[in-house]
Order: sequence, then C-alpha cells, then structure tokens
Amino acid sequence: MTESLLLAVDLDGDGAHPAAWRFSGRPPGSVLTGAALRAAVGAASGFVLASFEDSPLPAGGTGPDQAGRLEAGTRAAFAATLAGDLGLAPVLNATTTEPFHLATQLASLDHASHGRAAWIVDGLSDLDVLATVGAEPLGGAAQRQEVADVIRTARLLWDSWQDDAVIKDVASGRYLDSGRVHHIDFSGATFSVKGPLITPRPPQGQIVVIARDHLRVDEHADIVLVAAADPEAVAARAQQTSSILTFADVEVILDLPGRPAAERLAELDDFTPWPSTGRLRHVGSVTGLLDLLSELRGVDGVRFLPAVQALDLPLLAEQVVPARGRVLPGRTLRERLGLPRPASRFASTTA
Amino acid sequence: MSSIDTGAPHDPHAHVHLGVFYTGVGSQFIWSDPGLGDHQSIETYLEIARLLERGLFDAFFLGEGLRVRENRGQVLELDVAGRPDAITQLSALAAATDRIGLVATQNTTYNYPADLARRLASLDLLSDGRAGWNIVTTDNAWTGANFRHGGWLEHERRYERATQFVEAAKALWGSWSADAIAESAEAKSWAAAGAFPEVVRRSDLVNLRATATLPASRQGRPVLFQAGDSDGGRELAATHADVVFSANTTFEKAVAYAADLRARLARHGRGADSLRILPGAAVVLGDTEAEAQEKAEWIRNEQLSAPRAIAFLEQYWGSDLSAYDPHGPLPDIEPTDAELDPSRGTISIADRTGKLDRIAAWRTLAAEKNLSILGLYREVSPRERSFVGTPAQIADLWVHYVRARAVDGFNLTPYLLPSSLTDVVDKLVPELQERGAYRTAYQGSTLREHLDLPPI
Repeated sequence: MTESLLLAVDLDGDGAHPAAWRFSGRPPGSVLTGAALRAAVGAASGFVLASFEDSPLPAGGTGPDQAGRLEAGTRAAFAATLAGDLGLAPVLNATTTEPFHLATQLASLDHASHGRAAWIVDGLSDLDVLATVGAEPLGGAAQRQEVADVIRTARLLWDSWQDDAVIKDVASGRYLDSGRVHHIDFSGATFSVKGPLITPRPPQGQIVVIARDHLRVDEHADIVLVAAADPEAVAARAQQTSSILTFADVEVILDLPGRPAAERLAELDDFTPWPSTGRLRHVGSVTGLLDLLSELRGVDGVRFLPAVQALDLPLLAEQVVPARGRVLPGRTLRERLGLPRPASRFASTTA
Repeated sequence: MSSIDTGAPHDPHAHVHLGVFYTGVGSQFIWSDPGLGDHQSIETYLEIARLLERGLFDAFFLGEGLRVRENRGQVLELDVAGRPDAITQLSALAAATDRIGLVATQNTTYNYPADLARRLASLDLLSDGRAGWNIVTTDNAWTGANFRHGGWLEHERRYERATQFVEAAKALWGSWSADAIAESAEAKSWAAAGAFPEVVRRSDLVNLRATATLPASRQGRPVLFQAGDSDGGRELAATHADVVFSANTTFEKAVAYAADLRARLARHGRGADSLRILPGAAVVLGDTEAEAQEKAEWIRNEQLSAPRAIAFLEQYWGSDLSAYDPHGPLPDIEPTDAELDPSRGTISIADRTGKLDRIAAWRTLAAEKNLSILGLYREVSPRERSFVGTPAQIADLWVHYVRARAVDGFNLTPYLLPSSLTDVVDKLVPELQERGAYRTAYQGSTLREHLDLPPI
C-alpha cells in the first residue's frame, strides 16, 4: 500500500530544463506575460502548492538560454486573485532584500489570497547577486545567521498585530487597540527592526516558511525542501527533520506518446546539457515516477520541477496528482498542509 | 482669462484626467460609517478598481508609509491603520482588471534600486503596461528604525539619493534593446548577443552592479509620479517625472505651481506637455449646493473628531492630555519644549520648528474667538483641498482649471467607501463628458496612453 503525498510544483519560466523555452510551443518572450502565468496557474490547480523560483539575476545562466524573469513575489500576487485554492510560494532572497519589506509583501500576499501564502527562503551568496544591492558576502556561519535573523524578523512582524487589534469602538473613537499592536524590537547580527508591521496579521497568522535544505535553518521553518540525488539521501535528511514537514525536490521529464523521456532529454541536452542540481531526477514513465515516490521514506511531500512546463506539467496534473496527491480539507494553505494556525506570540502579553 | 499664465496656452479641448489616491490609512476615512466595510480586504480593492474602470479613470494609486503612526510611543488608535504592500496588492489587481493604471507609492530612501526597479517592471509587464511609481522619500530616523541602515540619509540629501535612484531604475528599464528577445523558439539563443548589459552605479548614495531581468513593457517603462512640493521635489519632477501629484488645489496656487513647474521643464529641455499635473483633492457632491455644503461639514466634523483634537494637541504639547475636555478650553499646562516628533506621519519642514510660537498663536486665537480644544482643532485644520457643490458646478470649475492648463486633472481621495467614488463616477463624470472634457471610452490600453503622455 503506497501512501499519498502533499504535492507541489514549480512554475518558473518555461520549465526546469535550461532549453525548455525551445519546446514550449510559443514565442520565447511570452513567458513574461500575465497570460502565460495565468495558464500555468490554471494547469497547476490540483496541486497543494505552486512555487515560483527566482533570483535577482536573469534566468538560464549566461549562455544561449539566458532569459528574462519576472520577480517571484509579483507573480505569486498576480496568481492570488485567480480562482482556486492553490498555495503560492514565491522564492524571496533574504540577502538582497529588506526584511521589513519582505515580511510586508508576504503578509499582503496572504491577505490577497485569503490565506494561501508561503515563502521559499533563499540565502544567495554569490557575488553577482550581492552586487545588485552593493553588498559583500558574509561567509559561512554569518551567512546562516543572517538568513535565520531575516526569518525571525518576519515571524515577529507577522505576529506584531494581534488578530483582534482592530476594534472599531465608535463610542471612544478608537479604531484599534494600541495594546494589541506591538513593537518587535528585533536586534540581530547585522540589522535591527522596530516594528510593528504596516500590514495587519495575515489570515494564516504565520506565512508557511519553506527553507532550502542547505541553508540549515530548519528550526525557523515549517517545511524543509530537500535536494538530494537519491532516495536514501532524502530519507537520511528527512530523519533529521521530524518536527517539521519535509518535501523532496524531484526534477521530472516524462514519456509522451511516441516520445520516450530519454529521447526528449537527449534532444533538450543537445541544445544545452541539463546540469546536475543535486536533486532527484526522474527520466521516464509516469509509472516509474509513481514507483520512485513509493521509495521515498520519511517525506511528507514532493515538489516537482517539470523539465518542460508545457509538456510535463499536464501529465503530472492529470496522472500523478490523482494517483498520489493528498489534500487535507480546508481553505488556507496551513489547513491543507495539516499545519496549525499559530497564536500571536504577543497575544499572552495582553491583559 | 488672458492674464492667467500657466506656462501653457489655453486649451479649449483639454480633458480632465482622474485618478484615485487610496491611502488605505489615515483620518480621512470615516470608519464609523457602516459603508466603509473592510478597507483592507482584496474584495474592497477589486470593487474600487472595477468602479474606476467603469468611470474611465486613468489610475488607481496606492499610498505607503513604512511605519505605523504613533501617538506618544504607542500606535495611534484613532485612525484607520494597516495596509498592504502596494506592488503586491497591485499585482493581484492586475490579474482582475483590464484598463485601470496601477500606481504604487514606493520609497527611495528605504529600498534597493535594482530590487525595486525589478518589482515595478514586473508589475508593468504583468499588467501589460499599466504600472506607475509614485516616488517618495523619507528622512526621519523614526521610519528608518524598520530598515537595515536605519536613519542613514540626511535631510538635505534625500532628493539627491532619489534622483540617483530613479536614474539607476531608468537605466535598468531601458537596458534591453527593443528587439532583444528572439521572435521564434527556433532561434539560436533566447536573446540577442549583448542583450543583457550590466548597469553599474558607484556613488556614496547608490551602489550597484545589476543586470535587468526584464524588457520594456508596452508603455516603455512604469509611469513616474512625484509628489514632493519642496524645491528638491519639484526639480526631481521636472527632471524625471511624468506626473506630479501636487497639493496645490486652489486655482491661484495651481496656476502658480503650473507656471513654476513648466519653467523648470523648459530649463531641462522638456516640453510643457511632457508632464501631467494631478493635484490631490476630495469631492463632495450634493443635488443642491446647500446639501453638498451640509454634507461637507458633516464629513469634516467626523474627520476632525473630539478624540483626534486631544491627540492633535498631545503631539504639540508632548504630554498626556486625556484628562482635558475637548469641548473645554485649551490645556492650562505649558507644553514641553521638545521638538515635534515625526511619529504621527509626515511633518512639513515649516512645522518642524517654532512649536512654542505656534501654540502661543493658538492661545491668542482661541481667546479671541472663544474656541474650545475641538473648535481650535477644526479652525486650524486646512480646508482647501475639497471641491464641494453640485456635479454641474464642479464640472464647470474643473473644465475651467484644465482649459487654463492650471491642472490636467485630479487624484481623488475617498473618505466614504465606496459612496464617495460612486458619486463621482455616476454623477460628475457624465457632466464632464457633456462638456466634452472627459473621455467616453478608453482610447488606449496603457497608463501612459490614458494620461496622453508622449511615447517613451
């Protein structure tokens, strides 16, 4: 008996393979339109969660696949008013942004989507990325501390308005109760933030925080996203994360009628080889993919990275999600992931 | 009429351009009115955006303030507070609207240029050319306490930073050539060679090396709004802005402002029609003038409430005045001599000093006119930004303004939601249309086209 999994999918660009744009059946520039995003979000409607990979740099490296890319937070926000209950997880990079803006943007995404926001935390440290904000690399432990501090700040800010802060008491003329809106007075290694947030508490209380495995900030996350090249390594990492959810990243290229996956991959790789990202990669049939999912021990979910979105996402949605997907009842992403809604840590301070 | 010099010739065919400036917070919202609903919900924003499209408005314009206003160290309780990030909210609205321009107020002091330019460009592409950016600055360390570098920028240099910031953003937005992206998936590469030039800025105020990740939108780049009324603000507007969101609403002030701005434009080699002037204004409509006046007085009294009168004086006195009766005389205690703190929001430069003199003048005024605390508060609060009258009266007045080229239209600030806007759409817009001074259908699809600005 195989267990069901929480299934997520990445919707970045034309797909995870660098040459995906050549096989998407549309002019290259159309990936940068609202229409393309609308179609991608529609195709992903059966998943629990859609992610939007990102970086401050152009997509596709520096070779022939170097391509444009819309900022992930705006893509997720655009998807917020589209129908459906898909969770929305933009990648926002902690090292090239203001923690206060980042927390505001995510809280706003949660309001606009009625509780469907998540955040894939990135902590990029390459020189070209940092140069976009004139920053220098921190290195090692300081880098990890910086990412952790940004997450802690965001979490404090999301709690800074208690759920019942707005009172609208006409008799006294008070719109809100100042005892329920709090300074956070966060002081970290490289920055401090006073608070409160400029946005009221998000519907989920806390946005779902998804941390990449290599950042090693599990204690600040709700989900850890594991990139490991074989099921044993995934299982080993999952064993260390028993207190939070574990999702494994799986890159997929699937058999199409008359077009075996291996042939498709060879054709793509003829243009640009698909570099190893350290993730699991499945090249083959849907059945083979279902077998791979059965082999994964200790994970709660999987995030698929389709090689060519236009070709592989429909198969995932039509054949893998119904066979193996799990969705818990509920309207918010937390409910659908089985995560509790945390009370504000400031709530107990109110008399 | 011939004596009016706005720096542009009288135009009998001029149109009124309308936008809505939705601050999302502040004392102008009458939150006690059951019609206000949930000012924070996406449904309210969607309702407004669609109403404005029905009214053929140019733009829906969101405010921003990067710290929640306070009164003596605690969050101010009396005003509507809490609002979304503007670019996030407008990106959500972009998916559910077709025509309305989407303008985000964003700060140049507490943002990174490449990051903000990229988010604005993303909104511009997702909305297919409907994005705008209202460029603002902050110079107080109180707001800076929410950001990595704190209150790092001295007052005198905030427009220097803003100018360099905007120039970096423009360089990024213009860095891809028009034919950079391959037209076909058969092409050798996604983009032409050299399509991704680096933009490098090295100064003590702006330091970046970045590559734009996006091409120009259908309108070229986001439309730039500028609101500052100081000399630095006006220079930034004349150098870089497409629209000014001024505070000069009375006809005389509007004429003087237009003349000043157009003289500056000429000095920067720009034409008089390369910049739209859209002052902020509230509109109060009635079937008769008397009804409108009565409504305006009710609105004003709701906005200038008794609890706010006490909070207003507390800001100046620097102490707890909650024991005083707003209907009684001014406090008999002396104010502290501390400077005004910025925690109630923007304080104009003129108001930063001379607090004790101002309080002394208020005492004299209150004695002369026998004013209570509340009476004084209402007496000294500005009144000039409202247009009050019948739809026909206001239409006549606005047609006069735009034909004289004193303004190109207005950014309306709502106070009751949505009724203060439905009134304009349903009653005032038709009057303007009858006078040939308002579009009867959208002629273009981009914000730049709505504003009748020359192409980039």
